[in-house]
Amino acid sequence: MGKRIGMEVAIAVAEALGLCDIDMAAVYPITPQSHIAEHLSDLVANGEIDAEFVTVESEHSAMSAVIGASGAGARAFTATSSQGLMLMHELLPIASAMRLPICMAIANRAVSGPLNILNDHTDIMPQRDSGWISLFVENGQEAIDMSIMAFKIAEHKDVMLPVNVNIDGFQLTHMVEPFEMPSKEEVYRFLPPFVPHATLHPAKPVTMGAFAMSDYFTEIMKAKDEALKNSKKVIADVLDEWGKMFGRNYKLVETYKSEDAEVIMLTMGSMGETAQMAIDDLRAKGVKAGLVKLRLWRPFPFVEIRAAVQHAKKLIVTDRAITFGGLGGPVFVEVKSALYSEKQRPLIYGYIYGLGGRDVPVGDFIGMFEKVLADTEHKAVDTYEFWGVRE
Amino acid sequence: MALKTWKELPIGCVVSEPGSASEYHTGSWRSQKPIWDNAKCIKCGICYVYCPEGCVQQTEDGFFQADLDYCKGCGICAHECWPRAIKMVEEE
Repeated sequence: MGKRIGMEVAIAVAEALGLCDIDMAAVYPITPQSHIAEHLSDLVANGEIDAEFVTVESEHSAMSAVIGASGAGARAFTATSSQGLMLMHELLPIASAMRLPICMAIANRAVSGPLNILNDHTDIMPQRDSGWISLFVENGQEAIDMSIMAFKIAEHKDVMLPVNVNIDGFQLTHMVEPFEMPSKEEVYRFLPPFVPHATLHPAKPVTMGAFAMSDYFTEIMKAKDEALKNSKKVIADVLDEWGKMFGRNYKLVETYKSEDAEVIMLTMGSMGETAQMAIDDLRAKGVKAGLVKLRLWRPFPFVEIRAAVQHAKKLIVTDRAITFGGLGGPVFVEVKSALYSEKQRPLIYGYIYGLGGRDVPVGDFIGMFEKVLADTEHKAVDTYEFWGVRE
Repeated sequence: MALKTWKELPIGCVVSEPGSASEYHTGSWRSQKPIWDNAKCIKCGICYVYCPEGCVQQTEDGFFQADLDYCKGCGICAHECWPRAIKMVEEE
């Protein structure tokens, strides 16, 4: 098995990438992602990994460069945060339409304005419809494991789609945690060499990203949607394979004491661990509370979510982003859609919290449960609340 | 050319046949076409030079005509033709 080490999560992610036999990386530094870029460029500069590190002048260029490299057949990586991700936005649907298995680490950070460098999910949510696979991690170990698994998922012949791994900025990236780091040999056995579906090579010329008019655009969008939906099976298989090889088992939707729970909370990302402590406290007080953690955001695991929450009386969906002018948070909206056609479904409550890095301690999660439990007239149903907002 | 279904599309819509863009007849976008009046034409070739699609061709007798498979009917040839030998007429 791998070595047990203590390290900052962002550095460890770069170390894990160093095991993945990447051919190139183009990363523009931005807080709180910069340590990934810095350490990865160190690994390349020190000759520890045989890869090109392209120092680009912006995130738009970074994404453009990895698209080109991936098209040429390289295993390509980038990483970003917040405004950097917003600057990449234009190119994200192009990468997925061209079916280029680029992997990207996102150190999630609030999007301006006002300028705020701290953690929430307002950067990834506007990229939701870009056609990328979106994974969320809960702790440093998962960040390492998922960064490696991302390549295997992306490059699977039935997937061939870009993947982003969402790692909460600061709350995860800047923590020093103990990890089990797989060895290079183990990763080599787990991750086969990249076989592209097509390459830009003069021996067999092809055109990538060609123009398409109304006669083909619909068919191309349908093909992309199907590819993304079908990737769910491969993602689940890769997680299983990882579990068998490394003993750390991950599911698309994780449950904690939720099987017999009357009230379930749903979280995504690093908040899951704090929420888990709240569940233990509530259980000790006799409250049948449970937790469901969403690891896969796109493609959305509708079947798995239904199975995990359907039996509860009440469901608290937490969001760290807002769909302004809509129905609260994007996860809340999605979960409601997932349950619309079900005869048996819980009452659903939406809480938007932890915006711009605002601390959410265990007591706040307990407070959400208490508020929902006290709502006997179901006043809060079909609405959402900014948790802890000063009125 | 029969249009492909979404299932028949190559992955990532990669075009594997070089030069196959010529199979796409952009002339179907046209609403007007250029007509040359050879009585006014002085064979200067300015229409040939200015055509952004490269679809104005010189015939054996030295006059010009447009390849209507690719002529989008932009009218630049007619605009540039200083002896006013080219007229844009509506497609039927």
